[in-house]
Order: sequence, then structure tokens, then C-alpha cells
Amino acid sequence: MSAAGGVPGSGHEVPGGTWRGISFEDRMATVEFRVGERAHITVDSEVCRSCTTKACVTACPANLFAPTSGGGILFNYEECFECGTCYMVCNHEGAITWTYPDGGLGVVFHQG
Amino acid sequence: MDKGDMVPTPGVSSDTPGFDAVVVGAGPAGSAAALALARAGRSVVLVERGPFPGSKNVYGGVVYGRVLDEVVPEWWNEVPVERWVVRRSTMMMTGSQSVSVDYRSAAWGEVPYNGMTTLRSRFDNWLATKAVEAGAQLVTSTVATGLLRDAHGRIVGVRTDRDRGELRANVVVACDGVNSFLAKEAGLMPPAEASHHTLGVKEVLDLPGHVIDERFGLRRSEGVDIEMLGCTRGIPGGGFLYTNSDTVSLGVVLSLPHLAEAKVRPEELIADLKNHPSVAPYLRGATLREYAAHLIPEGGYDTMPTMVTDGMLVAGDAAAMTLAAGLWLEGVNFAIGSGLAAGRAVDRAIAAGDCSAKGLASYRSDLEGQFVLADHKRFRKAPALVLSERIQQRYPGLICDLVDGMFTVTNPVPKPGGVRLTRSVAAKHGVKLRQLAADTVRALKVFG
Repeated sequence: MSAAGGVPGSGHEVPGGTWRGISFEDRMATVEFRVGERAHITVDSEVCRSCTTKACVTACPANLFAPTSGGGILFNYEECFECGTCYMVCNHEGAITWTYPDGGLGVVFHQG
Repeated sequence: MDKGDMVPTPGVSSDTPGFDAVVVGAGPAGSAAALALARAGRSVVLVERGPFPGSKNVYGGVVYGRVLDEVVPEWWNEVPVERWVVRRSTMMMTGSQSVSVDYRSAAWGEVPYNGMTTLRSRFDNWLATKAVEAGAQLVTSTVATGLLRDAHGRIVGVRTDRDRGELRANVVVACDGVNSFLAKEAGLMPPAEASHHTLGVKEVLDLPGHVIDERFGLRRSEGVDIEMLGCTRGIPGGGFLYTNSDTVSLGVVLSLPHLAEAKVRPEELIADLKNHPSVAPYLRGATLREYAAHLIPEGGYDTMPTMVTDGMLVAGDAAAMTLAAGLWLEGVNFAIGSGLAAGRAVDRAIAAGDCSAKGLASYRSDLEGQFVLADHKRFRKAPALVLSERIQQRYPGLICDLVDGMFTVTNPVPKPGGVRLTRSVAAKHGVKLRQLAADTVRALKVFG
């Protein structure tokens, strides 16, 4: 990194100048979440067991869905962007139930 | 519960007398609707589920400000702008090449300007404050959980997640965003259709202002807008890079069904873009300030919901009012335009004593008569064209190789002629000249 550029820190670059060095935890740590006690996402893992695509696992930008060894889906609602990708890509009616978190809770974007 | 970070929050209860209107969502559409209603002397409550307006919102981000002429005279003196866009670049790329069409205008850096980069936490809050100053009552940290209906089934308000939190009104203006639960509950919108939506993922990266100035060839307060095609591993969509004051916004927009099918994680595509040889030098040393994601209703005119029903109308993203027509990428201006029109229509309906769908119908005709729906109608075929296979997967590489063939000096091999070059490059990318001609004609029809 060039000192003449006046850029502080070394960024998230790894040697070789690539950006893949940001861990997903570090990435999500940049986002404010005011976590409520009520889960605003629910998943019917029974339905997921018959799902062959499990599109939510890769498409969710917050990486909240993980396949279980039993063929179901394990999910986490706490660091959710509230975007709606999961229920829109889900091809099984009723597998993912999605509402907004309670008022004032959930994601708070400052740089949106 | 948090009662709102930035704007005082009055209490809500069923003791509150009915309002002329309840507006759901204090984004640009909702705040514009509330502002128009308050200025017309109507009582209006503006309900926002986030702790402050803009806290749930993400966009690319450029706002085209001329629609604000109707909101605040000389708005440019007070709007929370990051930079005025004076340079707009369209970059067509492969993994290792890029061809840019770069336009720069001195006029865009002068009043009344063209586009501005701004952040939604500031911009949306500014617009909501205008509505509050005009007399609208803003209630933050409150979710509108459903519609209230009278014995005849007519919509007469909303339920909220506050104690005794029913809000009664002559009209509900649903500006509750891309997932609009209210439009779905009212039966105005079919169930979510992934193919009409794209996912935008964005990183805001810290970079000192003077470094941004130097790297992008800007003077302070000037900004650049770079749109990119061919950087999403064949998933229909594109990339973007916008300069803010001391940050850069960079991200990708991805067709939802194709993203799901590709089994690629969205942040990997951002990483690709940041590592691209045409992009990486701009970002050297930049650090991640905030990662964000949001859906975009990109289906265009033909996928818009019914906009009016008895006692309710729909505006902004809830009405799919984003123009993602490739060359034009706009949304906040349409949200504001539709919100203002919604406010005016509700005012007229109340004055006429008819808040039925018929009484509110002037909303649609108002929108058809101005840019909001006229632009969408003009470019109604654009989303399908822009997201089509050849435009997305073949033409960026074809164009890069054409330029490469023109400018790579191959001594001692003689330069190829234009026709032979075009023929061989098109063949390499699996495009027939006949298809190239047909797509040119189609593009002229779509954008003409």
C-alpha cells in the first residue's frame, strides 16, 4: 500500500492484493443489529427435507441458513438484513415464514 | 423499546381520533406523500418500522433531484448530499478486460445538478423531517402489522405492533417497500415472484476524500457513477461503484432466480469485482465500513401491482417503481414522484368525499401523465432485454474483444479489417451477425 496515498490501515487485503481475506464474521460485524427476542423468520424443517435445491443456503446475503445432516435447514434470525431473498427463492410453499421484526428492532443501516 | 433515535415519537393509541391519512413507511415515497397531505392541511400520521427514517433502506446510490423542486425551493442548498455526479461511466467487462463509455459534464456540477450520491440514513431522514415540519406526525419503531377493515370490507386504517395501536384513517397510503405486506394483504399484488426481483448487495468502503478525488479525477464535491456489465459470472445483473464524500459504495445487483440457481454466494461476486484489474486500483487500502443488502423490484411497468383500491393506494417500491432499464437506474425519484401524487390524490378524494377506488383513481392518471409512469411505460420492455442472455453473457466479452482486436498491435501480423474482426469475434462468442443485427433493432425499439 502506498503511503503517499495517505490511506490509513492496510484494508482487508491479504498478501497478493486480493480481498477474500474478510471473514464473514468481520463482514457482518460492520452491521448494526438490534436483536429482538421474537424470531421473525420461522422455517418448517420438515418441508425442507424434501427440498432438493435449498436455494436459501447460498442466496441469503447474511448467510443465515445452513443445511443439517438430516436434510433439514438450521436458521438464525438475529443478523438478518430483512431483504426477503429467502422466501422469494424458496420453492416450497410454507417452508419459510417471514415477517418484519418488531418495531425499532432488527437491522439498522447507517450507510444504506 | 426504542422510541426513535432522531425524531420525537408521539404516542399512538386507539384514543387518537382518526386521521385523514395514515402513510406506512417513511422512505422517500411515504415522506413525500405525508408532506403533500400535510401541506394540503390534512391530518396525517407517518408510520416507520425502523428506529429512524432510512434505517431499513439500501440503494446504490444516486438520487436524481429535480423531483425535489416541488418539495423545497433550492433544495440543493440543504439536501444531505455526498457528491454531485459529474462523471457517468458504463463499463463492459470480462474477468480481465473492460471497455468504458465515459461521459463527463461540467453542467452536472452546477445548479440544478443532475444526480447526487447520498446515504439513505441521511436523505430519508431529511425528507421525513420536511413532512414533520409541514405538520405530519411521524411515529418510528412501529410496524404496521395489518389492515383494518369496516363491516363492508373497506380499508379504514392499519393495526400496529404498539399497545392499543390501531390507526384509523380515511385512506391508507402503503409505501412499505419492496416486500409490501399491505399491498399483498389488500390483494393488489400477487404473491412474491422471484423473477421480478433482483438482490442488491453493497459494501460501503472507507477511503479519504482527497484519495477519492485523486483516483477518480474529481474535485471536492464532484462524484462519479460507474455502472458495470459482465462482472457477475453470467448471473443476469450488473455492478456499480459510486463515490461518496469519504466512502465508496460498491456492489452487485443479481437476478434472484439465477442467483439461486448458480449457487454462488453474493459476497463472492463483490469480492470478484473488488479484485478486477479495472476496479481494484480504485479501492487500494479501502476498508469495509458497512455491508448491506436489499431487494429491488425490477420487473418494470408490466409487473406493477394494482395501485388503488377502496381506502388505499400504493407508492414507491411497493408499487415496483424502480427503473432498472440498464442505461437508466432510478428509484428514489420515482418514489418521491409517486408519493407526492398519492398525497395529492388523497387530498382530492377527501375533498370530494369519496375515498373509494373510484375516488382515488386520479392517482393513476396523474402518474401516467408525468415521468413516474411515462418513463416506466416507455421502457417497459427494457428489463427483459437488459437481463437477456446475449446482453448479459456474450456482448460484454464480444465488445472487449472487438476493442482488443482493434488496438492490440500484432506486428508482424497485419491488422485485421473491421468486417473480418467483427465476424471472428462474434463467432468466438457464439453470436451470429444476424442476431447482432436483430438485437440492435430490438434495442432501438426498446429504448427509442
